[in-house]
Amino acid sequence: MTKLLNLLQENARLTNAQLAAMLGISEKEVADQIAKYEEQGILRGYQAIINWEEVQGNDNVSALIELRVAPKKETGFDSIAHRIMEFEEVESVYLMSGGFDLAVMVHGKSIQEIAMFVAKRLSTLDSVLSTATHFVLTRYKEGNVILHSQMEHDRREYVQ
Amino acid sequence: MIDYQSRLNHEIQAIKPSGIRRFFDIANEMKDVISLSIGEPDFSTPWHVRQTGIQTLEEGKTFYSPNRGFQELREEICRWIARKYHVSYDSSSDVLVTVGGSEALDLCIRCLINPGEEVLIPEPSFVCYVPMTQMAKGIPVVIETRAEDQFRLTADALRQKITPKSKLLILPFPNNPTGAVMRREHLEAIAEVVREHDLLVLSDEIYGELTYGETGHVCFAELEGMKERTVVVNGFSKTYAMTGWRLGYAIGPQEIIGPMTKLHQYAIMSAPTMAQYAAIEALRNGDEDIDHMREQYDMRRRLIVDTFNSIGMPCFEPEGAFYVFPSIQKTGMTSETFCERLLHEEHVAVIPGNAFGDCGEGFIRVSYSYSLHHITEALKRIERFIQSLG
Repeated sequence: MTKLLNLLQENARLTNAQLAAMLGISEKEVADQIAKYEEQGILRGYQAIINWEEVQGNDNVSALIELRVAPKKETGFDSIAHRIMEFEEVESVYLMSGGFDLAVMVHGKSIQEIAMFVAKRLSTLDSVLSTATHFVLTRYKEGNVILHSQMEHDRREYVQ
Repeated sequence: MIDYQSRLNHEIQAIKPSGIRRFFDIANEMKDVISLSIGEPDFSTPWHVRQTGIQTLEEGKTFYSPNRGFQELREEICRWIARKYHVSYDSSSDVLVTVGGSEALDLCIRCLINPGEEVLIPEPSFVCYVPMTQMAKGIPVVIETRAEDQFRLTADALRQKITPKSKLLILPFPNNPTGAVMRREHLEAIAEVVREHDLLVLSDEIYGELTYGETGHVCFAELEGMKERTVVVNGFSKTYAMTGWRLGYAIGPQEIIGPMTKLHQYAIMSAPTMAQYAAIEALRNGDEDIDHMREQYDMRRRLIVDTFNSIGMPCFEPEGAFYVFPSIQKTGMTSETFCERLLHEEHVAVIPGNAFGDCGEGFIRVSYSYSLHHITEALKRIERFIQSLG
C-alpha cells in the first residue's frame, strides 16, 4: 500500500475515486486505508507546494542553519531539538550525520529578521555551541516539484 | 521552370500527408493548450543510460559502428529477447540494429514485397505501414479491428482478407492508437492462419514492454513454427524512454535480415554509435527502469479509463502502450469535429481516431504519457466539454 502514500505525496488532491481507480481497489478501501494512516500518525498532513517567489508583495526568506550542540546526558539531542521546534519561525529540524548536529530550516520576512532570530534566540540556547546560517537564494525544486519556471514546459516536439 | 510534379516519384505523390500533423499545427499556435496527443514517453532516459552516452563522447567513441550494429549490442539484444520472451537467436546473423523501429519496418517491407503483392495491415494502427507498402509498390490490404473485439485482430477477420497475393501480415501489437494487446490465445489463432496460408509476419512489438496485467507480452516468434516466418521489430524508444536516440532493431531469420542489412548498409550505413553504447547499458541494467515506468503508466491508465467511462465516453480497457481510445459516437460528431471543438473550446489536444485508419472514425486517441497533474487537469476540461454538449 505504499503506492497510496506515494500517490498522495505526489498529489494530495486526488479524490478517493481517482485513487481507487489507479490502485484497482474500492473507494471504501482507499478511505479506510487513509483513515488508518492518519490514525497511526503515518499521514501527518496535506500541504500545498507554493512558489512564493512568484507571489506579489510577499517577503519570504528562508535559511538553513547548521547547529553544533552539546547533547544532554539523559535525552541526547532530543530535548534541544524539541526546544528548537517550538519556535514558529522553524519549519523543520533534522538530526544530521557529519560535521554538525542539527539542521534547522527557518522562515522569516527578511534576512535581518532571521539573523536576529539566530543571534538572539537560537545561539543563546544552553546547549548550542555554534551556528552557521545559509540563506536560500533560489528554489529550483521542492517536494519533487520543479519551481524554476524555465523548466516547466514540455520539451517534447510534435512529431507524426 | 521545372515541372517538379511530373518528375516526382508517382508513389510518393500518391501518399496522403499524416492526419495527425494538422492538429499539432493548430495546437502549436495556441497558448495554454493542454495536450494529450504526444506519442512518446514523458520520462527522460534513465540517468545511468544517459551517463553511458556521455561517457562514449568523452572517450571519443565517435566513429561508425559495423553496418549491422556492434556485436556486443547484438549479443545483448539476443540475451534480452531470450530472457524476456524465450526465443533464441544467433547474434551474428539474425539481428540488425536500425535507426529506430521505423527504419526496421521500412527495410523489412521493402525487402519482402514485390510490386502487386499484398500486405495485410490491421487498423487502426500506426500511420506508417500503408505508405511504406505503397512506396514498395505493394498493395496495402486493410483489416479493420473493432471495439467489440477489444481491437484485437481475429482469425476470421484475417481469413476474409487473404487472397493468393497475400504475402506479409503486419502485427502491430501492443497497438498504437488503441492500446489493444494480443494475449497468447489470440496470437495462437493468428499463427494457425499464418501456417495455413504460408504467410510471413512483421511483428511490430515496439510497445511490448508496456503491457499491463499479470501475463505480460508474448512475442509472436515464440509461438510454434513462427520464428522462421517472423521478423520482430523492437527498439529502445518506448521501452527505455530513448526516442531521441533513434535506435531500434529487427530480429528474425537470417535469410531476411541479410538482405535488410544490405539495404540498410546502402541507405543508412549504421545506426548512431553513441546510442548503441547507451543501449547496451539499458539492456544490461535497465529492468528496474522499465518496471518503474510501467507502474506509473499503469496507474495513469486506470485513472484515465475510469474517468472516460464515468463521463459517458465508453472506453474499453487497453492493456498495452500508453494510449486509450474512447468512443465519441454518442456525441454525434465526427472524430475531427470533436477534436477541433475540444481544442478550441477547452484547449485540450487529442488526436482523431481516423488519423489511424478509416475504422478509427468515432474514436479519439488520448495519450497518457503525461504527468498525473497534467492528466487530471485535461480530464477535468474534457468532462466540462462533454457536459456542455448536454
